[in-house]
Amino acid sequence: MKTVLQELSVPGPTVTALTEPFWNAVKFGRLMIQHCAACHRAVFYPRTICPHCWADALTWTEATGQGRLKSYSEIWKPGHPGWIPATPYLVGLVELDEGPTMLSHILADGAKVTVGDAVHFAPTQIGDQILPCFKIT
Amino acid sequence: MKALWSEAVISGIGELKPERKTDGINTMDLLMRVSAEAAQDAGIEVGEIDGLLVGPQVGETPQHVPATVAEYFGMQPTMSNVVDLGGASGPGMIWRAAAAIQMGMCETVLCVLGNHRNPVLPRSHNRNPAREFDTPFGASGANTSYALLMQAHMSQYGCAAEDYAAIAAGARANAQLNPLAIFHGKPVDVEGVLASPMVTSPLHLLEIVMPVAGGEAVIVTTPGKARKSAHRPVRLLGAGEKITHRAVSQAPSLTSGPLKPSIARALQQAAMDVSDIRFLSLYDCYTIMVAATIEDAGLCKPGDFGQWLSANGGMGLGARQPINTHGGQLGFGQPDLAGGMTHVVEAVRQLRGTANGRQIEDCETALVTGNGATMSEAVALILGSVS
Repeated sequence: MKTVLQELSVPGPTVTALTEPFWNAVKFGRLMIQHCAACHRAVFYPRTICPHCWADALTWTEATGQGRLKSYSEIWKPGHPGWIPATPYLVGLVELDEGPTMLSHILADGAKVTVGDAVHFAPTQIGDQILPCFKIT
Repeated sequence: MKALWSEAVISGIGELKPERKTDGINTMDLLMRVSAEAAQDAGIEVGEIDGLLVGPQVGETPQHVPATVAEYFGMQPTMSNVVDLGGASGPGMIWRAAAAIQMGMCETVLCVLGNHRNPVLPRSHNRNPAREFDTPFGASGANTSYALLMQAHMSQYGCAAEDYAAIAAGARANAQLNPLAIFHGKPVDVEGVLASPMVTSPLHLLEIVMPVAGGEAVIVTTPGKARKSAHRPVRLLGAGEKITHRAVSQAPSLTSGPLKPSIARALQQAAMDVSDIRFLSLYDCYTIMVAATIEDAGLCKPGDFGQWLSANGGMGLGARQPINTHGGQLGFGQPDLAGGMTHVVEAVRQLRGTANGRQIEDCETALVTGNGATMSEAVALILGSVS
């Protein structure tokens, strides 16, 4: 499966100046999310103003990379044809320990997956990008 | 008639310094910054803003603009719209805000316009957050988003695959009474639905709408002008709206959506209980959408939609509260964005008494629901016949 993922020709993230620190950190194996110095809540995806309190006080902090699977789906017919060689594959909603939820690719190595499963950050090459995937713990 | 602006005033303003060129910043961040300034000027918190008017093509996304902006801003408005009037968009927003307030749809409306000016970032290229943070993982398209909602619902409440499939089978059964339906002459049972190919688990092919060509239209007018029509007028008795997010990853709940407060508000305006409603015309892009709507309407407890449907006698004309008599989008087909309008048109037919061959007896009230993006944008209407 690893080889298949690497060989995919699929759309990567549309990185902007604002989100670049997140994507750069993934390449170095780190999961960076934002933290608001005014209301002390975690923020994902990145912004310049906190969506909880609208303060201009966001800083980058490293997340633990630990989370919990809120839902998942095994995809047989992908929305983008570039993903067809990898079918069926898993995506899931990962609630990070810090609070926010990320959609991600889930690496389960064929094991049965259940809502509530613990997952951990596992940067993985998909096409020509390193993406913040998660693995069942 | 009371003037619309009599109960609305402007209480805050924000303004960014004009720049010849912006340095990499997104339009959405510019809009958020100027909105925060206006909120501070008005002395209000973000949570107090319940109305949102934005311009079209805000530079990040071509579709679902209010939901994308609301999610980015951390807002959950009960009224939102794109105002697409070129240079008149700003003033156009002010009266819409006043009208919405007068209508009781919201109390505090944010009207915001702006754009970045950066040669590196195209102005109308699709760079919304879902495109950056969901699509690269292979999760593009509505099918997977609704599959994630369905899996969460199944896992939380232990509902059987057969319970959801019964909704698709019920819609197909109703489509047999509608010669216009794409699946007229093609009934399917629960086993047939579950035997159809898995598209994105737990969603089977026949639990997903069939996109079709088509269209629907409705004329809304004053009671005076409505007398010119040969038909019994249909009244709008109540309305509710709520927008909570854009991307499925940002949904505040995976098992209940913004239709819950929308339906509650519409019923309140109509001074009715959901049990008073004769006909349920429920937006049905996927089986899970109908399941969640039955529960969010308060017809049963969360997780009990399957038992409720059985006790209701299914979805057909013999049911206590028939559902989607035209076949729903699952049986009739989804003519693009007019898919939601098919539910309005069928409700009008039933309330006029002109649903030939599938008329519900004594049909005087209908609940119509509309749903956008990933259970993100919700509108509920209570319609009634005038005797």
